[in-house]
Amino acid sequence: MAIGLSHYLTVAAILFTIGIFGIFLNRKNVIVIMMSIELMLLAVNINFVAFSAALHDLVGQVFALLVLTVAAGEAAIGLAILVTYFRNRGSIAVEDINLMKG
Amino acid sequence: MNFLQSYDAAAVLPEIVLACLAMALLMYGVFKKGDANDHVTMGAILSLALVATLVIFGGEGKVTAFDGAFIVDTFARVMKVMALFGSAVAIVLSTHFMKRVKMARFEYPILVMLASAGMMMMISANDLISLYVGLELQSLSLYVVAAMDRDSAKSSEAGLKYFVLGALSSGMLLYGASLVYGFTGTTGFPQIAAALTASGSGLGLIFGLVFIIAGLAFKVSAVPFHMWTPDVYEGAPTPVTAFFAAAPKMAAMALFIRVMVSPFASVMPDWQQILVFVSIASMVLGAFAAIGQNNIKRLLAYSSIGHMGFALVGLASGSQEGAQGVIVYMMIYLISTLGAFACVLAMRRKGQHVEEISDLAGLAHNNKALAFVLSMLMFSLAGIPPLAGFFAKYFVFLAAVKSGLYALAVIGVVASVIGAYYYLLIVKVIYFDEPAEKFDAMDGEVKWVAYASGAFVLLFVGFANYLVNLAEAAAQSLY
Repeated sequence: MAIGLSHYLTVAAILFTIGIFGIFLNRKNVIVIMMSIELMLLAVNINFVAFSAALHDLVGQVFALLVLTVAAGEAAIGLAILVTYFRNRGSIAVEDINLMKG
Repeated sequence: MNFLQSYDAAAVLPEIVLACLAMALLMYGVFKKGDANDHVTMGAILSLALVATLVIFGGEGKVTAFDGAFIVDTFARVMKVMALFGSAVAIVLSTHFMKRVKMARFEYPILVMLASAGMMMMISANDLISLYVGLELQSLSLYVVAAMDRDSAKSSEAGLKYFVLGALSSGMLLYGASLVYGFTGTTGFPQIAAALTASGSGLGLIFGLVFIIAGLAFKVSAVPFHMWTPDVYEGAPTPVTAFFAAAPKMAAMALFIRVMVSPFASVMPDWQQILVFVSIASMVLGAFAAIGQNNIKRLLAYSSIGHMGFALVGLASGSQEGAQGVIVYMMIYLISTLGAFACVLAMRRKGQHVEEISDLAGLAHNNKALAFVLSMLMFSLAGIPPLAGFFAKYFVFLAAVKSGLYALAVIGVVASVIGAYYYLLIVKVIYFDEPAEKFDAMDGEVKWVAYASGAFVLLFVGFANYLVNLAEAAAQSLY
């Protein structure tokens, strides 16, 4: 069986869904949420590269590189915010993030 | 100028200037001995004003740069000036507050400047790549700004929530962008539009469109992607909340309009039904959820969700008049929301900021001017004629009726009546409740912003013509 575009898209869709579920179903800690976000962005990258190869067009790969760069910045900022949060609350458990409700 | 033109970059001059000034001020703040906060704040306000001037006088007509990835037209100029105005006023409002709560750090104005540079990129985006890069530059600065009060558990919780949900929405937007790229073979907006008119839409493309709309709806805080708004508004320091409610909303709405109107114009029936749902849900939730709130910042958060719903009515009508209505709506929303937050900043007793609605009790006995301004702003937000808020709603509903969306317009009017309840409740608390203790004297800048905004909503009829014509010219440049 040859591996074609649709296989790549399926893998990306599965990874993306796992990422979203990881954010919403996760009851443990925020680091897992960050990993899920990273997983979503990487799923998108698989999409871009697969399309780029299928279309014989380089723009998709350029986009994927930009996504990688921004994802790195996003992870850095997320961890920085998490550190300030931990200093204030002494915990990063998801169920403790409940000062405001509404 | 010639040098810039040869690199096709003259159109981007305001963005380049803003980014360079932000970096220069950052260097100044880092290397200056002693406290750099005052100078950097002043510098940031002046830079934003300078960049707005560059935008206004930087040429006319439609200009594209970087192989069509970046577009400057009347629409972009109008929205950019509004976003820059919102950022500048938010910095002005923060000056005394930040000193009082001991978080006067020069990084704040610089982050606002960088976010503004991102907003300008978003407004001028004409390609999925420039859209994404602009959006992220704005969002990453906003995450940090939300968590600006490092020692407050609430502020860092607000930052954390905003970050997680914001990153989720960027992820969805990107997934949508990747599908649109895959099914049209291009990322440029005009090329996507051409591909869609040539070959029509397919399931994959509609899937991508839905994801992109989800991402954008998050950025304008429309239901069902509004969950972050009340928490972030409540948790972030008040001037930061004022900033969140003003400038980023302008940029996100501008981006929303451009993405719907430019690349996806030919699949309008597909996105129209999504937008009708989103705007009805936002209006209704904004009207009902605000009723039980005690915290005024939280109430304004639900109010802003509702207002985004009203603005989306104009966009859902999908016509040039609809776009014009949204632009007028955003102008009026910008000014009245900044005024409302200036009034919130004036709520201070014995040096402590208070945020409960009950703290406003009997304000009319202690401070007649502030009570009058705040009530006018509330009447305007409720949409009572002849104040500005009425005309904002009038134009979007008119556009919806002209496009045959009668049900949407009727639901909108009903939601606006229900929403009037909690705005009028605040007026009642101000005028008829037992007077509470006096507020401290207002800071100068807070006073002027509140009064100017009150004057704007009161006297809007006087210059409505000018603003409506401006919005018409802006909407025309889109179609």
